[in-house]
Amino acid sequence: MPAPKTITEKIWDSHLVHREEGAPDLLYIDLHLVHEVTSAQAFEGLRTAGRKIRRPDLTVATADHNVPTADRDRPWPDPLSVRQVEALRTNVELFGVPYFGLDDVRQGIVHVIGPEQGLTQPGMTVVCGDSHTSTHGACGALSFGIGTSEVEHVLATQTLPQAPPKTMSIEVNGKLAHGVTAKDVILAIIREIGVSGGVGHVIEYRGDTIRSLSMEGRLTVCNMTIEGGARAGIVAPDDTTFSYLEGRPHAPSGVDWERALDRWRALPSDDGASFDSGVSLDGAAIKPAVTWGTTPAQSVAVTDRVPDPATAATAQAQELAERSLGYMGLRPGTPIQEINLDRVFIGSCTNSRIEDLRAAADIARGRQVASTVSAMVVPGSGLVKQQAEQEGLDEVFRAAGFEWRDAGCSMCLGMNPDVLLPEERCASTSNRNFEGRQGPGGRTHLVSPEMAAAAAIAGHFVDIRTWS
Amino acid sequence: MEKFTVVTGRSIPLNRADVDTDQIIPAKHLKRIERTGFGQFAFESWREDPDFVLNNPAYEGAPILLAGPNFGCGSSREHAPWALEGLGIRAIIAPSFADIFRNNCAKIGLLTVTLGQWDIDRLIARAEETPSAEVTVDLENQTITGGSSSLIFHFDVDPFEKSCLMNGFDAVTLTLLREEQIREFEESRDDAAYPATTA
Repeated sequence: MPAPKTITEKIWDSHLVHREEGAPDLLYIDLHLVHEVTSAQAFEGLRTAGRKIRRPDLTVATADHNVPTADRDRPWPDPLSVRQVEALRTNVELFGVPYFGLDDVRQGIVHVIGPEQGLTQPGMTVVCGDSHTSTHGACGALSFGIGTSEVEHVLATQTLPQAPPKTMSIEVNGKLAHGVTAKDVILAIIREIGVSGGVGHVIEYRGDTIRSLSMEGRLTVCNMTIEGGARAGIVAPDDTTFSYLEGRPHAPSGVDWERALDRWRALPSDDGASFDSGVSLDGAAIKPAVTWGTTPAQSVAVTDRVPDPATAATAQAQELAERSLGYMGLRPGTPIQEINLDRVFIGSCTNSRIEDLRAAADIARGRQVASTVSAMVVPGSGLVKQQAEQEGLDEVFRAAGFEWRDAGCSMCLGMNPDVLLPEERCASTSNRNFEGRQGPGGRTHLVSPEMAAAAAIAGHFVDIRTWS
Repeated sequence: MEKFTVVTGRSIPLNRADVDTDQIIPAKHLKRIERTGFGQFAFESWREDPDFVLNNPAYEGAPILLAGPNFGCGSSREHAPWALEGLGIRAIIAPSFADIFRNNCAKIGLLTVTLGQWDIDRLIARAEETPSAEVTVDLENQTITGGSSSLIFHFDVDPFEKSCLMNGFDAVTLTLLREEQIREFEESRDDAAYPATTA
């Protein structure tokens, strides 16, 4: 009998093009997602070397990072953004890559459109020049964020040299309390393992809490895997995965669907498969989380207070906490629910899918955004936007005083006009609260869509569990 | 890519943990479509603080960066190594690095050396006390030596990465030598089992 394998090992082994002693493995890549920010120099490299794209039919491009989310038809304020998106359009035409451009309803954040189009499927290898490529692991795919040189490598060869990863099992069991979401689960995990706890590893998320999450929830969890330092995150495919995929434009159909199901059902880690490390969390104990610092590991429950750096475990952690609080303009001991907000951002590859928008709209329905807060909702794709509008969610948000925008990365990283001003404080459903991430001097608190919507209305953080 | 054999020069002590790539190069400067020109924006926000180490003229143009644990975490932007390269940095020594950042550095000939915190603390203390003190990073012998002082550290490096760095090998060229295996792999599997983006 063959040795039991993890899902990661199964996918790795079935994509091995070449292995030799003293060199990284050469892995075949099934899907390469391309966007404007990390591709121009890679295309230029191909041109300089006179190379073609090996498999344009396994490559797809969209513009997401730079694109304005309002008044797109008017001239864009930043000529460099125009040039970068124009460069992508020229490159995809020249090299024959399918492109979801700005006039295509399928345009959106790469990590939203892959699963949405059914392009990301169980057992595949997926790469993109973006660290949040870990998102696609929610579909049971092995997915890595890569840099521009590696983007060029994949374009030219459809392969990627990679050292085999270590594997980590993160098991979450227990029923989540009302109001506790996938976002709170992943923030709890990162708080537990730290921002570098996953370095060198692929994390497999396991346990009944993970199994009970919808695909949107799993996408949120896998999305933030990189914030724990891991190379990829994955959830074994199950009926939730299959019902999500069935009928999507690129999902198999008919007899191919049945054959695909047979393959996919063989993917989950075998009983007895061993992991290099493991962590367990009690899902029932997870509370709605709010980050207080400048790393995604610096979070507490909404009912807690801003921690005192003096209580940090190490001198280095203490120094980091002091720096973080200085940057965030917070004093130790301040109750989280007394922190007032200037801005609220609901969007990003972490939390901009239809279920996220429904959850936020449920909170906003019939209420008003606080007069001191400016709030915006940015759907993850043109199709998410379209569906939300069909469900009337745009009306709910607009009536409550939220701005309703076009799809893109937007204020997650502030490459387009959506940025915080210095010292503006924002409740954000995005993935990174790094210094200056949402604009120089801006202060980011990461929360779930429900918590963000409630904070917009109250003007400060509130415990969503007691919200009525 | 530029070969890396031996680099001797001053070192910059940047003693902070979890330095993310948004600090190394903020997103608003990722819009250039060239590989060059990012050095001027490196650590832009932190440089607003006059006491920030890179504002000390004594460290200007130093080729070695001494960093804290988990250096380069966050975004996969290769613009971060490009920006460091633009500052004239050829080697980064830290207790640990983020995976994608490390890969990106290797692809452009920027050496990342992992040393124990204790050893790095000694190098940092020396660089802070005597900014003109030179350090030699010797990839072939896998040593870091501190000039006239008695500092000598050995470091581990992946043999494949070492060979690529020392010879300036380009990864795409190496992989294209495997063309036959790639084609065999493609022919051996059921293409219909994988979605075509063009369909």
